[in-house]
This record gives sequence, C-alpha cells and structure tokens, in this order.
Amino acid sequence: MGVDNPLGDNVITTSLDLLVNWSRKSSIWPMTFGLACCAIEMMATGASHNDLDRFGIIFRASPRQSDCIIIAGTVTKKMLPVIMTVYEQMPEPKWVIAMGACACSGGIFDTYSVVQGIDEALPVDVYIPGCPPRPEALLFGLMKLQDKIMTERNSFGSAIGLGERYIPETA
Amino acid sequence: MAATETMTLNMGPQHPSTHGVLRLVLELDGEVIVKVTPHIGFLHRGVEKLSEHRTYHQILPLTDRLDYLAPMSNNLGYILAVEKLMDVEVPERAETIRIIMAELTRLESHLVWLACHALDIGAMTVFIYAFRERETVMEIYELISGARMTSNFFRVGGLSQDVPDEFVKKVGDFIDAMPGYLDQYEGLLTTNPIWLKRTVGNGIISAEDAIDIGLTGPALRGSGVDWDLRRDNSYSGYDKYQFKVPTGENCDTFDRYKVRLIEMREACKIVRQGLDRLKPGPVLADCPQVCYPPKENVYNSIEGLIHHFKIASEGFAAPEGEVYQGVEAPKGELGFYIVSDGGNKPERLRIRPPSFVNLQAIEQMSVGTMIADLVAVIGTLDIVLGEIDR
Repeated sequence: MGVDNPLGDNVITTSLDLLVNWSRKSSIWPMTFGLACCAIEMMATGASHNDLDRFGIIFRASPRQSDCIIIAGTVTKKMLPVIMTVYEQMPEPKWVIAMGACACSGGIFDTYSVVQGIDEALPVDVYIPGCPPRPEALLFGLMKLQDKIMTERNSFGSAIGLGERYIPETA
Repeated sequence: MAATETMTLNMGPQHPSTHGVLRLVLELDGEVIVKVTPHIGFLHRGVEKLSEHRTYHQILPLTDRLDYLAPMSNNLGYILAVEKLMDVEVPERAETIRIIMAELTRLESHLVWLACHALDIGAMTVFIYAFRERETVMEIYELISGARMTSNFFRVGGLSQDVPDEFVKKVGDFIDAMPGYLDQYEGLLTTNPIWLKRTVGNGIISAEDAIDIGLTGPALRGSGVDWDLRRDNSYSGYDKYQFKVPTGENCDTFDRYKVRLIEMREACKIVRQGLDRLKPGPVLADCPQVCYPPKENVYNSIEGLIHHFKIASEGFAAPEGEVYQGVEAPKGELGFYIVSDGGNKPERLRIRPPSFVNLQAIEQMSVGTMIADLVAVIGTLDIVLGEIDR
C-alpha cells in the first residue's frame, strides 16, 4: 500500500450523508470573482500569510468548477445580471458568502447605482461584516459555512436523485 | 482567396486577469487583436454625487475606497485640496508622517501590482512573496489607524491622532529589509527568459502618444518622460526630500516594470529620510474653525465637547471658490477638484483618477498583438476599477 493504514484493523462507521458533507466542506472551491476592495482582502487571505489552501479552498476561474461564490465587494445594478449569470452557471450544490458591508447591505454607498445587499438577488449562506473584513473574519466566515455544510441532510440521496437536500431548522 | 472575417470576443467583467470588473470587447483576426473597446461602469458607486451631500470631513472615508490599493494617497490628495481651499497650515510632524505613509502606500500598491502582474503572466511565486511584504505594510496601517485597508487616518489640518512609539522601529525595520525583498523579486523576474519574452517589446507606447493621451505615473515615465508631481509640482513638503525619478527608454512593459521597481527602492529612501526628520510636536493644526479638538479636551471639558459636536455635525463653511490639487499617487496623477458655493458641503467634487486616463492607452498598446499579450498590457497599466468607475 502506498499509505500506512491509519486505522489498523479497525472499522469506522458513518452515514453516507456525513461522508458527503465532510468531503464537500473540506474542498470548497470558490469562484475567482473580485468586485472591489474586499477582493484584495480575499486575495490576501488566499496568499502566504493566511493561506486558504490548508482548508482545501482553491480558487477556480470558472463557475463550472466551483461550488461557492464569495461576493467580495460592491454590487452595482450594472454588475448584478453578470453575477446572476455566473451563479446560475455554477453546478449544485452551491453556496453564497456575502463578504463585506457592501455585499451585505450596500454599505456606505446608498446611491442610485448600488444594489443594497446581494441578498436581494441570491440566497446568502454566510454574511461577513466589515469594510473590508479582515482576513481572519473571512476565515471565520468560511468555517461557519463548513459548519453549515455539516448540518445538511440527505446530501447523498439528493446526489443520486432521491429527494432534495435540506438543512434542519435547529441548525 | 477567401475573404477573412474578424471575430468579436467578450472578455470580462468576470475574468481573473481584468483586475476587477473591467469588460473588454475584442475584435480579433485569428489571435491578433484588431480593436479593443473597454466597457466600464461595473463598479460605479456614485462617489462624486455622494460627496455633494456630505460635509468636508465626512467625504474622507469615501476617498479610501476609490483606489483601494492606495488608500492613504487618496486621503492625501483630498485633504490637500481641502486645506488649499481653507488655507490651513499643517504642523511639520503631521506633514512628515503623511509623507512616510504616502510612500509606504506606494510600496504597498506597487507590491500588489507586481503580484498580480506576475501572476497574470504565470509567475505564481512572486504573488506569494509580494503579499508577504504587503502584510507588513498592513500591520503598520493597523498600528496607526486601527484598520488594515481603509485607514481614514489623515484629517484636514493634520492627522486623526499621533503615531504610537513603536511606529518608528516597525517602519524602520520594514524599509531596511525591503531592498533585500526587492532583490528577491528581481532575481525571480528580471533575468527570467519567460518574463523577458512576455514583457520586452510588449505594450509599446511612444512618449508623444503617452503625453497626448494624458498618461501619468509609471506608465508615462516608462516611455521616457521625466515627470513626477512630487518633484515638478511639489506638495506636502516633498521638495525637502532627495529622491530620483526613474524613467524608461524602450517604452515597453519591461521598462515600466523596471521603473516601478526603482520607484519602490526610492520610496524606501524617502521613508528613511522621513523617519530621520520625525520630531515631537503637534499633529493637528491650531485652527479650531476647521479641525477637530484634541480628544482630551472632548472628554474633559464642555467647550471641547461642544466644539467636537459642532465640527462633527455641521462641519465648517468653506469660502466660495474652486481649487484643484493633484498628487503623485502610485498609479499617476490623482487630482481632486472642489467647487465650493460657500456652504459646508462641496457643490461639486470632481476626481481625476489616474487609472481612468491610463486605461485609454490600452488600444494603442495592444492592437496588432496577441490576446495573451493583452493580459500583460492590462497588468502593466495597473488599473483599479474603484477609481475608474468611482
């Protein structure tokens, strides 16, 4: 064997849902999609000091290969249709993180051209406040998303066409 | 002979190498670019309009978010314009700290430029290295202002507060180490055959064309035009500092790369001179009509509290008139043009963003080259969509 057997002669039992959830949370691949200031902090989080790779988070340049979109910056009315298209191109299951005050609520830009929060258009899973949020805040938000993914039920069943994936209310 | 048709290709606004939300519509003959049409406005947040409804102090946080790679340079340009309008004399210590921070900001902006430019062309290692150093600059930002990026540290008449004691050591250590880091980057890039193939002879723009288009900053100096506002139209006491203004010869992407790297070395020297000049003293002008009172007064006396309340709630009335102040931001000439009608808010605030003007050169630089070279051209222009769309 190429790797040592870490379990010895033992066996681990788990549910298929947990196995699927664990795999999904350990390899969140977000879109490379920076909008404004927050995108620089997102890059800083991915770069050497904070290193997102240790979470299995690798930025992908195509929506077809990603399962998470981090809305990092101000969403304008001109940009919104583009974001919607990108989101629709992502395969299920997919999650949305609103990073920063602008993506959460429009922030300080209460003007004619700015969408007052991306939740007007997309189902947001995690909101990260800050202008811009520190890299640590983004890491915390991503960990919250991981927790949320772990609570999902019927993830395996929905993947093979049996019913819908759902999150229990208590989560 | 069969007639050939050109093909139209859309690039962006979702594209990893358009540095944000720039959209380019390309007309292609095979892989050769025939025409480039930039479409902008995907990040238009209405900053200029917002400014008309805010007092002069309240506009400052908006300027942080224009060129978010160089927040302190934007702050500097704006407050210098307001100080010109109000005729405020700034204490020497405040001026020195402003220059130190403006030059650290230049380092930070150029570091992100280098990281992204190299990443676009395929040199991943430089990205990792440059962001390592940027993190130190961010720590210095945090030390003095409490925020990593959007610092909002300068004030009309001086600074929001004095810098802590460890500031001098931290900045000194950083700029002592920086030339070594720059040697590292140069070791990775300057003689790298792939880097040379991608940048030498790419994105050529002659000095005359550069002046006609109105390029400023490293994009202009890369074409051999010796023009730097810090030296040629000095502001904020830059005339007391010694520094070289580098220029290129071959007008290509490689020369602009060299110019920026030398600028980073010069920035370190300016910061060192600034640290040597730093003497104790006040950091806010004695001008109660315009400036906030010191915090001790606000907390300990009713007069101070009333003074603070008055400045914070209604600001100050500016004399009627117009004023323009340009500063040498990392990307070029950043100008603020304020029209005042005598009220406490500007009647009109016009921002002259360097990236917006520099973007015009994209057609001249890229027509006749391949699509892959366009990525290098976008990188070398060093645009930030926040200030292009405002």
